[in-house]
Amino acid sequence: MNDSDIAVSNQLEGKSPFELRVNLGKSIPESDVRTALTTGDMGFLHSFTTGSTVDGPGVRVVAWTTGCQFRCLYCHNPDTWTLTNGVPVTIARAKEQLGKYRRGLKVMSGGFTLSGGEPLMQDRFAVKLLRAAKEFGIHTALDTNGSLGDRLSDAELDLIDLVLLDIKSFDPELHRRVTGAEVAPVLEFARRLAARRKQIWIRFVLVPGYTDNPDNVEGVAKFARA
Amino acid sequence: MMATAISHDITQENAHHVWRSFKTGLWQKEINVRDFIQQNYSPYEEDGSFLAPATPRTQSMWNRLNELFRQERKKGVLDISGVPSSITAHAPGYIDKENEIIFGLQTEAPLKRAIMPNGGLRMVLNALKAYGYMPDPHMVEAFTKYRKTHNEAVFDAYTADIRRCRSSHILTGLPDAYGRGRIIGDYRRVALYGVKRLIERKQEEKAELDAAMSTDDIIRDREELSEQVRALKELQQMAASYGFDISRPAGSASEAVQWLYFGYLAAVKEQNGAAMSLGRTSTFLDIYFERDLEEGVLTEQKAQEIIDDFVIKLRIVRFLRTPEYDDLFAGDPTWVTESIGGMGDDGRTLVTKTSFRFLQTLYNLGPAPEPNLTIWYSPRLPDGFRDFSCKVAIDTSSIQFESDEIMRRSWGDDGAIACCVSPMLVGKQMQFFGARANLAKCLLYAINGGRDEITGDQVGPPLAALEGDSLNFDDILDRFERMMDWLAGVYVNAMNTIHYMHDKYAYERIEMALHDYSPMRTMAFGIAGLSVVADSLSAIRHASVRPVRDKTGLITDFEVSGDFPQFGNNDNRVDQLASWVVSTFMSKLRKYPTYRKAMHTQSVLTITSNVVYGKNTGNTPDGRKKGEPFAPGANPMHGRDRLGIHASAASVAKIPYRDAADGISLTSTLMPEGLGRIEKDRIHNLRNILDAFFSTTGFHMNVNVLNREALLDAMEHPEKYPNLTIRVSGYAVNFVRLTREQQMDVINRTFHG
Repeated sequence: MNDSDIAVSNQLEGKSPFELRVNLGKSIPESDVRTALTTGDMGFLHSFTTGSTVDGPGVRVVAWTTGCQFRCLYCHNPDTWTLTNGVPVTIARAKEQLGKYRRGLKVMSGGFTLSGGEPLMQDRFAVKLLRAAKEFGIHTALDTNGSLGDRLSDAELDLIDLVLLDIKSFDPELHRRVTGAEVAPVLEFARRLAARRKQIWIRFVLVPGYTDNPDNVEGVAKFARA
Repeated sequence: MMATAISHDITQENAHHVWRSFKTGLWQKEINVRDFIQQNYSPYEEDGSFLAPATPRTQSMWNRLNELFRQERKKGVLDISGVPSSITAHAPGYIDKENEIIFGLQTEAPLKRAIMPNGGLRMVLNALKAYGYMPDPHMVEAFTKYRKTHNEAVFDAYTADIRRCRSSHILTGLPDAYGRGRIIGDYRRVALYGVKRLIERKQEEKAELDAAMSTDDIIRDREELSEQVRALKELQQMAASYGFDISRPAGSASEAVQWLYFGYLAAVKEQNGAAMSLGRTSTFLDIYFERDLEEGVLTEQKAQEIIDDFVIKLRIVRFLRTPEYDDLFAGDPTWVTESIGGMGDDGRTLVTKTSFRFLQTLYNLGPAPEPNLTIWYSPRLPDGFRDFSCKVAIDTSSIQFESDEIMRRSWGDDGAIACCVSPMLVGKQMQFFGARANLAKCLLYAINGGRDEITGDQVGPPLAALEGDSLNFDDILDRFERMMDWLAGVYVNAMNTIHYMHDKYAYERIEMALHDYSPMRTMAFGIAGLSVVADSLSAIRHASVRPVRDKTGLITDFEVSGDFPQFGNNDNRVDQLASWVVSTFMSKLRKYPTYRKAMHTQSVLTITSNVVYGKNTGNTPDGRKKGEPFAPGANPMHGRDRLGIHASAASVAKIPYRDAADGISLTSTLMPEGLGRIEKDRIHNLRNILDAFFSTTGFHMNVNVLNREALLDAMEHPEKYPNLTIRVSGYAVNFVRLTREQQMDVINRTFHG
C-alpha cells in the first residue's frame, strides 16, 4: 500500500459513518476532479460500512458517495451534498475493499449497495464499482433519487440487481418545494426500470407537514402499483 | 486394556429393563457414552413448534424462588451453612418437596451457601465476615492447626518473581485462593451405567497400575483413583438420602435427568470451582425422552416440565465468595455451561428435540445467565434449529454461539465448553485453568525496562533505558518479545505450582471419577488486553508516539500524532499485529515444561475482568488513558471498530485458533433495528451473520440484541429490570447486578446498528 492509499484509508476507515465529512477531497485539483468524473477511475466517498440490514436484502456492504443535486429540506446527511467533502478513492482501492467481503456477502445472502449523496452524480465511478461487484458475484443495489437515471445505458442498468428508488413526492410542486428539483425525470426513470422488469423497492419518506398529504401518499402508492 | 463385560454386575434382567430397546454396541462393553449416543439418538431437523409452555406447577415453583431471589439480592446471600461441605455433609434439602420433579440441593435449604475451606480458609473467613456470619471455631482450628489448604500450600512454594507479578497485577485472577474449576465430569455416565459399574471400572483401572513401579506419578495416580472410588460411594450415599438407588442405571427419562443431576450435584457440593460446567447432556438425555414418549408414558408437556425443573436446579447453584470476587465477575457466576447442538463426525446433526427444550426454558422461566447455554454452531445445522436459536438470542440475549466446525475438527464430536469458551472432550480431557496475563502491561514493562508504570518498582528484568523522543517500532518489538519471554516463564512457574497443590489439597474427586484414567490435560493460559496491544503497536508503527517521562525517568504517558490503523476494521496492517502477539506469546509459553506434561493452550477471554485489568494499567501508546477498561476478550477497543459487524468480526476471526486453542471470545452488541425491521428479518439476518462468521475461522460470538436507551434506563431504575440479561465475554450476567463501572463499560461498547 502506498502513502496516498494509507491517507485515504485513514480518512475513510478512521471515522464512523456518522461523523461529519467536510472538505476531505479539497486538495484534489479541479482538472483531476473533472477527469475523475469522466473516467470513473476515481470517486469521492463519504464513508462505507459492513453489516447493514436496512439498505437492501440480507446483510450488506454499503458505500455512500458524495455529491447530490437535490437539497431536501429534511436531508439527514447534508455533508454528502458537496462532491469534494468526500474522500478521493481510486477504483482499484474500492474494488480491493469490496473484494474482502465477497465470500461473506454471498453466505449472508446480502450484497453491495451504492448509496449517497446521489451515486449517479458520479455515474462513471458508479458503473465501474457496480461492474466490479458483479464480477465478484455479489448482488448489487443502487440507492438513488432517480433523476439522473438517463446517464445509465440499458447495458449498464443490467449491472444492477435492485434499484432502491426514493420518490420524495408525487406532486410536482411539492417535489420542487421539498427537494428543489423536478419529479418528472424520476418518474420517467421508474417507468423505464419497470419496462425492463427491473426489481425496484420504492422508498418514500413521510415528513409531517411536508409529504404527509394523503393525496400525495396515495399518488406514490398508485404509481407504484401501476 | 478393554473394560470387562458389564453383565456380571447388572443382572441380566435388570440390564434388559433399564436398557430396553436401546441399540447395542461398544458402549455396553466399555464406558463409552459417545458410542451410546451415536447408536441411539434421533436427530431432529424441524422447528420449535412442538414445544410446550411452562405448566402451573413450574410457574409456582419458579415464583417461590423468585421471592427468595429478592431476599437474597437484598442481603447479598440468603443464608450460610457453617458445616464444611462435602458430598454427604448436608441433609437432603427441598424447595417444595411435594411438587419437585428433580431433587437435590447443595445444602439443606435452597440458596443456602456452603463453605469449602479446602480451597482456602482465608477466602471463607473473609466471606463469612463480609456477610456478618461467625465461623465455627472448631472449623477454624481444624483448617489452621490440622489441615493445610490449597491456598497456603501454593504460597509456600511461590517464587519471589511470581509474588511480584501477582502484586503488580501483570498476572491476575490466578486460582491460588479459590477452586480452579473448568473440569467437567461426564455426569451422563451416572445415568447410563449406574454408580456400581463406575466404581468397578475405577477399581480395575487401579488394579492395572499394580504392575507399575511406584514412582511419584504412579503413587499419585493410585491415590487419586482410591479417592475417586470413595467419592463415587459418597455419591451413591447422597442419592440414597433422597430415596434413590443410583447404583443401577437410570430406567426412564426422569431417572436419567435425576441420576445425571446427582452426579453434578455431588461436584458442586464439594468444589467451589470458578466454573462448574455441566457438559453436553441434552442429546444424551433425549434418547431417554424419545423412548418414554414412544412407550406412551410421557407427554411433551411432561417432558418439558422435567427439563424446566432440572434447569431450575441449575439456576440455583450457589457458592460462597467474597464481595470483591463477585465485583470482579459481576454477581454470582457459576458457569453451569451446557453445550447444545453441533454436528456429528458422520454428518448427522446432534440437534434433538431436547436441544430445543433446553432453549425453551428461557421462555418458560424467563431470561437468565445460568445455565450458560452455548450453541455449537455450524452453518450445516438444520434451518429450524438455527432459526430458533437466533430467535432466542434476539429475545433473551442469554445464549452464546461457538464454532462447532473448529472445535469438532480439533477435539471430536463429543466435546463441551467449560466456563465460557474452553472446549474439551467430555470425560476424556480436563484442563488446568490459569486466568490470564496482562499483555498491555507487559508492553509497558518492555518500554520501561521492567519497571511498573504505576508504582515505578522493578518487577520485570531490567532493560537498557529507552532513548530518544519517539518510540521506534523495531526496538519496541524486540523489547516486547524479551519481556513476553520472561513473563511466560513466570506464568508457567506459577501455574505448575498452583495445579500441583490443587491436585494435592483440593482434588476434584467426583469430577475426575467421571473421567477415564489418565485423561488428556491442557494447561490453559490466557491473555488480556489484546486490542490495546495491537493498537499500541500499530500507533508506534504507523503514527508517531512520543514518550512522556516523570521525574524518575519512568515513562507514564504518550503523545500520539498522526493516524494509525486500529484493530476491528478488517485491516491487515493491524490485524496481523494482533495475530502476531497471540502466536508469539503462545510460542514463549510452549518453551517451558508444564506440570503433568499438560498441553499448553491459551485463551483470549476476560469475562468482565477487562474493567479491573484496565484499572490496574497505566496510559498506553494507543491513546487509552490510565484506568480505562480494556475491551473484553478479543474485542476491538470500544468505538474503534467503525465499519460494522462484518468488518469487526472479520478482524477477530483472523486470530489463529491453533495458538489460542482455549478459545477466542468476541462479544457483539446489535441494535434490534440494526438487524432488520420485523422479527422474521431479524432472525434471518442474525442467522446470516452467524453463518458467515462460523463458515470461516470465527470461534465464538456472544450476541446481545439491545439498545443503549434500555440499558441507561436499567441503570437508573434497576427495579424495573430484575431479569435483564446481557452477554459479556463468554458469559451472561444480570445487568442490574453489575457494578456501575461495569455497566458503563457495557454501555460504551460499540453498538452495531
